[in-house]
Amino acid sequence: MSVFANCSRRGFCLGMLSAVLAPLLHMRSALALPDKLTPLIREATGGAEPKAGRVKLTLPPLAESGNSVVCKVHVESPMAPEDHVTSIHLLSEKNPRPVIARFYLGPRSGRAEINTRIRLAASQQVVALAVMKDGSCWTDTATVIVTAAACGVESKEG
Amino acid sequence: MANTRIQIPAVLQRGEVFEVRLLIRHSMETGGRHDDTGRPIPRNVVNQLLCRYNGVEIFRADLFPGIAANPYLTFFTTAEASGDLEVSWRDDAGTEESERVPVVVKE
Repeated sequence: MSVFANCSRRGFCLGMLSAVLAPLLHMRSALALPDKLTPLIREATGGAEPKAGRVKLTLPPLAESGNSVVCKVHVESPMAPEDHVTSIHLLSEKNPRPVIARFYLGPRSGRAEINTRIRLAASQQVVALAVMKDGSCWTDTATVIVTAAACGVESKEG
Repeated sequence: MANTRIQIPAVLQRGEVFEVRLLIRHSMETGGRHDDTGRPIPRNVVNQLLCRYNGVEIFRADLFPGIAANPYLTFFTTAEASGDLEVSWRDDAGTEESERVPVVVKE
């Protein structure tokens, strides 16, 4: 008797589907930060371990051109003198210069939200880090598929 | 040369959190491109930006070539008193520019 005897076609299809989807779902898990960025993340956070949550990084899942990609970072914070976001860092996994921008905020900001447009050299993961007044650090990532990479971002000097 | 545009709501209430929208006309040369003769075009991006509200720093940014040409940037601040909002920036070529808009806060 074959080992597949009690394996229905439906079961097989579901199994194959989950095998394909599992790595995709894993990619979505927020704390899979690119290893390459570890020293930069440490530099930005002053050693604090970034935790998932509080930060919401919004990027289109698919960008036709990497020259200008709409990017929004929102951090949940009361922005009070005793509890506010002090800095927001945008890092890229595959751009020749991994730091995209650093923003410094304070209690007078009222609301921790930044909108900008960024360049992306390839399909990649973008990381947003928010450092709080108490030194804690929160993060979110977004994966963008770029159809045409940003021209001129691929610098040889890195 | 006015390369910086700042947009804020015309009239604000005291304590209101409002959005500041900036648009700077700047090529943001990445330093990775070459001209027609093959010579590299030197990097020239707006690298530092500072926003002051009645002389007090409320927002600062370090920008890199990862920011798209003609940088667009928005952030928030709280309306405290009438006065002005000043944005100044500096690029790699040493150009410095500053632009201000009046802030009107209704009592």
